[in-house]
Amino acid sequence: MKSEQDMTGHMDKNKITGRIWLCFLIAVIAIGVFFYLRQLSMGLSITGMNQNITWGLYISQFTFLVGIAASAVMLILPYYLHNYKVFGRITLLGEFLAVSAVIMSVTFVLVDLGQPGRAFNMILHPSPKSILFWDMVVLSGYLLINLVIGWVVIESERQGVASPAWVKPLIYLSIPWAISIHTVTAFIYAGLPGRTFWLTAVMAPRFLASAFASGPALLVLLCLILRRFTSFDAGKEPLQTLAKIIAYALATSIFFVLVEIFTAFYSGIPSHKEHFQYLFTGLEGHTTLVPWMWASTVLAFAALILLIIPAARKNEKWLTAACIAVFISLWIEKGLGLVIPGFIPSPIGRIGTYIPTGPEIAITLGVWAAGFLVLTLFYRLFVSVRAQSSSAVQRTE
Amino acid sequence: MVDINRRLLLKAAGISAFGTIFPSVGYLISAHAQEVISKNTAPSAKRWAMLMDISKCPAGCRDCIDACHGIHNVPLINEPGQEIRWIQKVPFSNAFPSQENPYSDISLKKREPVIMCNHCSNPPCVRVCPTQATFKRKDGIVMMDYHRCIGCRFCIAACPYGARSMNFRNPRPYIGSINPDFPTRTKGVVEKCNFCEERLAVGLPPACVAACRHKALIFGDLLAGESEIRTILRNNNAFRRRPELGTEPHVFYTG
Ligand code: SF4
Ligand code: SF4
Repeated sequence: MKSEQDMTGHMDKNKITGRIWLCFLIAVIAIGVFFYLRQLSMGLSITGMNQNITWGLYISQFTFLVGIAASAVMLILPYYLHNYKVFGRITLLGEFLAVSAVIMSVTFVLVDLGQPGRAFNMILHPSPKSILFWDMVVLSGYLLINLVIGWVVIESERQGVASPAWVKPLIYLSIPWAISIHTVTAFIYAGLPGRTFWLTAVMAPRFLASAFASGPALLVLLCLILRRFTSFDAGKEPLQTLAKIIAYALATSIFFVLVEIFTAFYSGIPSHKEHFQYLFTGLEGHTTLVPWMWASTVLAFAALILLIIPAARKNEKWLTAACIAVFISLWIEKGLGLVIPGFIPSPIGRIGTYIPTGPEIAITLGVWAAGFLVLTLFYRLFVSVRAQSSSAVQRTE
Repeated sequence: MVDINRRLLLKAAGISAFGTIFPSVGYLISAHAQEVISKNTAPSAKRWAMLMDISKCPAGCRDCIDACHGIHNVPLINEPGQEIRWIQKVPFSNAFPSQENPYSDISLKKREPVIMCNHCSNPPCVRVCPTQATFKRKDGIVMMDYHRCIGCRFCIAACPYGARSMNFRNPRPYIGSINPDFPTRTKGVVEKCNFCEERLAVGLPPACVAACRHKALIFGDLLAGESEIRTILRNNNAFRRRPELGTEPHVFYTG
């Protein structure tokens, strides 16, 4: 048993760590804003993008983060549809993660625009044939749904009452809606003639599979961080269940990639093979992404092994390592490894090179930091409400 | 009516004035222009299209490119990957990747067809544009509204011909001498060949066609049964870039 003094000492230390964390985030955001202002005045020429590779780091992050946002459904679904009570403790964490991830992905799209001042043209002159238009619709809808759900649920918890009945249908609606955001995002790529790397019907399923691995992996890590630095402990069981979900989703994701590789190489059609060659062996001496892709591959298989072996999965150190590996692996695969090879070779056979520039990376980190700031504030609220309600429970007991 | 005629006249005057600024290409453009104006006073067509006879296009000749880029204020940015191009010459196998064979005549391999926006009948760039900044006119011309474009570059990902360029930077400092009769662009928008719609509006042929001394480029209305382009297409085997994609490109090639 810890003495009371110990406890307060511990709390103070966490408070300081929290402050440092917030200051750090704000500093990263400030640097990002500084470089974004430069991008505003100089245009996208400060990025590494070029006429051959016109989407880069920003759109990669957008694509990856939509997946993180969609993955909240991996908590909602078991809890609300199958009455899997264990997830009750953490569904809100998933919802808040979804909200932060949507905010980040939308910010990345805005940051990527050549003329951000005209962003409203998407609403003033909507074009229902454009998948980007629908992506805007489903993303803003998803943001709204999750904000409302998160807010209502936490507010009722704070007041110690049951959530109002009308949020239930909203929660059910959020399940297909989560699927839709990532499907529509996949359709941005999958419906383009001449971009053979993206022109595959398995694109949307592939997106969902990788999202259902990377999102829960991040959530496990966040839960472990919360346990370490706050009074909230998610408990062992939900994390173990999440780990199993990650394992299945990761296996499916790897399977889908292998299916694509089979189709490309067994058919032998050069325009289908070239992209994968570019990714894994390099094309005509262009090998920029090769080390990244092999790192991603090794991490994915290592994580899969760790998550499948029960002893490893149950050991929290290995679980942490596996989750970090999944996150990094899929960040590479869904980000750089998906967006860039779509542009290589170009329609007139050029093999472009894309290397993000310093300012571009700074802006990217700035957006991530802004997302983590929102997330931290949400999670703080969550932890304080949970602490209150649990002490209230103790008192009534 | 009076107004429209006045506008056409002013435009024609502007374009001829341009000829005096750039005598080399301008001379050719305006000389050819007079001829066409008299033949074709009605500036409307049902379906504009271009045809290129690759065999007539000599290596190294850049007349069409210079003419187009000159009058349209296309910036000259020499950094690789940053160039803005409305029209360019590329090796045969780059323009027609699936029509190469290892035994083809060496002269074919050496050929450098001119490529540009194909003004597709089923243009994916129009389909994907979220703001309708890219749109297709009734006469088949695929247009860009530079004031509406938000610079998302979705159209560039969608165009299977590499016909579009993004203004990653402010293009104005890179324009040699500005043609005041044509707008310049800003940073952050996409641009491309517009089939010289501003010249068609006053009865002139596209600048590249007018500038080509070798008559390698033919332009006209496909739906006018007796037009030159229609006659050539009727009597020759013409091919198009990546027709299998269903975009229905309207730049044809022979030779
Ligand atoms: S060539 Fe490209 S830019 Fe031109 S109409 Fe076709 S798809 Fe659009
Ligand atoms: S870059 Fe401009 S023209 Fe192209 S799709 Fe976006 S808004 Fe439309």
